[in-house]
This record gives sequence, structure tokens and C-alpha cells, in this order.
Amino acid sequence: MTLPTPPPPPSAIPVPGYADLPALMARMTGDEKHDWAAASTLDVLWVLYDRILRVSPATVDDPDRDRFLLSKGHGPMAYYAVLAAKGFFPLDWLDAYATFASPLGNHPDRMLIPGVEISSGSLGHGLPLGVGVGLGLRAQGREARVVVLVGDAELDEGTNGEAIAFARAAGLDHLTVVVIDNRSSTHGWPGGIASRFAVEGWAAREVDGRDHGALESAFRETHPDRPTAIVAVTEEKR
Amino acid sequence: MTTMREAFARVTNELLDSEPRVAVVLADISTDRFARAARRHPDRVINVGIRESLLVSVAGGLALSGMRPIAHTYAPFLVERPFEQVKLDLVHQGVGAVLVSVGASYDSSGSGRTHHAPEDVALLDTLPDWTIHVPGHPDEAKALLRAAVAADGAVYLRLEETSNQTAYPDSQHLVVVRRGTGPTIVAVGPMLSRVLDATQDLDASVLYTSTIRPFDGATLRAIAATPEVILVEPTLAGTSVRVASEALRDRPMRILGLGVERRELRRYGEPWEHARAHGLDAAGIRTSIDAFLAS
Repeated sequence: MTLPTPPPPPSAIPVPGYADLPALMARMTGDEKHDWAAASTLDVLWVLYDRILRVSPATVDDPDRDRFLLSKGHGPMAYYAVLAAKGFFPLDWLDAYATFASPLGNHPDRMLIPGVEISSGSLGHGLPLGVGVGLGLRAQGREARVVVLVGDAELDEGTNGEAIAFARAAGLDHLTVVVIDNRSSTHGWPGGIASRFAVEGWAAREVDGRDHGALESAFRETHPDRPTAIVAVTEEKR
Repeated sequence: MTTMREAFARVTNELLDSEPRVAVVLADISTDRFARAARRHPDRVINVGIRESLLVSVAGGLALSGMRPIAHTYAPFLVERPFEQVKLDLVHQGVGAVLVSVGASYDSSGSGRTHHAPEDVALLDTLPDWTIHVPGHPDEAKALLRAAVAADGAVYLRLEETSNQTAYPDSQHLVVVRRGTGPTIVAVGPMLSRVLDATQDLDASVLYTSTIRPFDGATLRAIAATPEVILVEPTLAGTSVRVASEALRDRPMRILGLGVERRELRRYGEPWEHARAHGLDAAGIRTSIDAFLAS
């Protein structure tokens, strides 16, 4: 007796990987030269979703999931490409990017996209919101991490200063801020961005924002009594 | 008598003990009223310091994590200074919170313009789906706060030092306080006692409410017997004219909106002196009503 060939198990269906992200981004930009593949956030986002965050399409509503908050909401193509690659929404959503009926806009909306934790676009909101999320998780006795991505120019917004000072005072050790530093802040940060967090008592370090191994070990290193800041340095914004 | 602010502190302390989802967020205001609660519930009594943008953002983040936040400070620092946080970190995120203010239009009369917020409700009213309470009595404030915390939406509770003599348990609707055959007068929150004093000898219907969003237009339609409707509010003059005129849009109406005038008074002194300057004492209210009815 001959048994019919069974369908391939789910794991055998090709899952998009890091090498596929430029092509996914090109579906949004229509840019065949893949200029956007140089997006400053791309490597940090990939390392987070591939190696660090305990969240998946199956757990987007799990109260114990890790939270990733994209505060720097503009230029979200790398974020969308990573979420699509990881299965949070169908890949073909990318093709209608920023059209009227598309859930994917130039700034992400958490009410429209599965897996998106905050609606962002106006700079300086993600870190203060992340402080609140961290306080709420702690009050509920949950161990989930909160990771907030901001840009170096976004730190110009004074609301970040309120959050940086208070997060340390509150001892939010489950909070990590990753600053994408492509030197785009108009007036810059004399002394370096990491020092701005260190002086407030954060554990702060600078890493190569393109080095996946260095990013992974930085994200894995947390401290029991204080929040963590990782300054991910990329090439200067052109 | 207990003030509304004391009533707020008492009920919030009780809710912290009984409701594990409740967190109170402070910005160095009223912290003495939550000192004991902060020791009992250190993770749910959160004082962010003098950081009012963070105050509202933290409330938004708490709500995103599944908590029911109560954020509290003076009205100008709860609604006006962090207005973008109210718009984006609560409404746009699709989450709610209970914002409880003190100070009202000019309770801090001696502090001057920086601590006065007659425009708070008008500003919040530019956003969708807010429930806005302006209680006129501490007992109303207690009941409204309990109901607000038990719900999930965005609620603004505006507490004032001045109270009416009587509390109305059904004040979230328009309550018919006096029925007449002439014009209809709607007194909002702490304005009721003054409105009753001002209109004792006037053949008018007097309605009362603590809740102006959503506005009970159905009762206004049912009671308004003549085209003249007068709103007397402790907030910016005209704050609720929009919702009253919507309720009566199919009738020819004349609507007068009394409230705090849109001008820089640049005076200190006592709250009652500010009320008088804005024509919101009993005599001033009557003068405005008479002029309106004669016009």
C-alpha cells in the first residue's frame, strides 16, 4: 500500500529572513536600488524581533509579552518589513503601503496593525509612554520587558528629559531605550548621547548599530535596579 | 463641609485598596493626601514630580498595560500644558483614563492667570468621546468618580472649591429643579445655587447637570417651552452652546451662553470677586438674563 505524500510541515515553508528585508522594503518604496535597505533602524529591529523580544503573532494580546515601542515613527518601512517577515501581518499588505485604505501609513497606528504597541509620529511620546507601560507591568507583577526605540534627533524633544530622569528614580529595570544615533540632531549632543543617560543613573553603553552580535549582547545585558540605554551608532544621515 | 478635593482623595484611597487595576498618577500636587496609600501600594501611587507631560503619558502607558489610571493636578497643568499628550497618548492610542483636576476657572484666584483654566472643557471638547463631569457638590463628585473608574473610557472630572447647597444623585442627566412656562435655564455644576437665587421671581424652568459631555439634549428638548435657552456654566462662556444648539437644531431658538469671559482680567483677590467681575454672581447672572429676554 502506498501512502499519499503528506503536505510539508509548516517549518518547511520558507520564512523570510534578514536577507529578504531589502526586497520587502522595496515593495513599499518601489525603489529597485534598495536605497532604503540602509535604513538606520533596520539591524536593531531585526535583532530585537529575531533574537530578543518574547513576542510573536500568536502572543500579540498576551499580557506577559515583551513590548516594543517604536517612538521614532517616521520612516517605518524597516519596521513594517520586519513585522511582515515575522508573520505579524500578511506580506501583501506591503504593496499598498500608505494608500488610503492601507493599515500601513507613514506613521504606524496601533489600532490598525497587529503587533504594533503604540501609534507614533509626533516625536517625544514613545519613551514617556514606555515609562507608563513599565510601571503598569510592574504593578501587575509581570516580568515583561519594555524596549523603546528613539532617534538621536528625537531626543531634542523635552518630554524625553522628563522620562529619562523619572525612569531612573522609579527604578524601571525592565525598561530599555535604544537610541539610533545617525547624528541627525541639528545641535548635537556634546559629550555623547550615552552620557546624557549615564548622568541620570541609567546603565548606558554605545554599540555599532550594524553589528548584530554586539547589539544582541547589549540587549541581553540588563541591570537589577536601573533602566538601560543602548546607543546604536550608524553611519551619518546623508 | 467636605470639599470636592477631599472627597476625591477619600474615594481614590478606597479604590486603591479595593481595585487592583487602579493607579493614581500625581505631579507633586495633593501628594500629602496619598502618603499612606503610597506606603500601602508603592507601585500604584506614582508621583512623577513636576512633569505634567509625563503625568499624562504615564497614564496612557498604564492604560496600555491594562491598568485604570487616575491622573490628577491643577486644571491648566492637566489639560492645557499636556494637551498633545491627552490627544495622542490617550485618545489616539485608543485608551482611556480618568483625569481629575482642581483649581477650576479661578479657585486659585490669588495665583493669577497661570493657575486659571476656564477654557479646559472647551479645549477637551475638540476631542472625540470624552465624558466631562463638572460636579456641583462633593457627594456628586464621589459618585461620578466611582462610576468613571469602573468604566473604561476617557473621563474628565473638574473639581471646584465652590459647592451647591444640595447634591443631585441623578446629576449626570439634566435634572428639572424648577418648572415654569417661560425661558429654560441650564445651570452647570457649582452655578446652580446662584442661578436659583438670581431667578427666584422669574417664570422660568431651571435645569441642572453635572455632566456636560455627553449632554442630555433629550431632556432639554422636552422641557424647553419657549425659544429662549440660557446656559450658565462655570467654564468659558459658551462652552456648551454647541451641544445645546445641536439638541434643538430643528427649532428656531435663541441661546445665551453665560460663563467666564474671554479676556485677561489681571486681578487677584478671592474667587467670588472673579465671579462678580465675569458677571457670574447672582446679580450679574440676573442682569444678563434680563438683557437677553428684553432683546
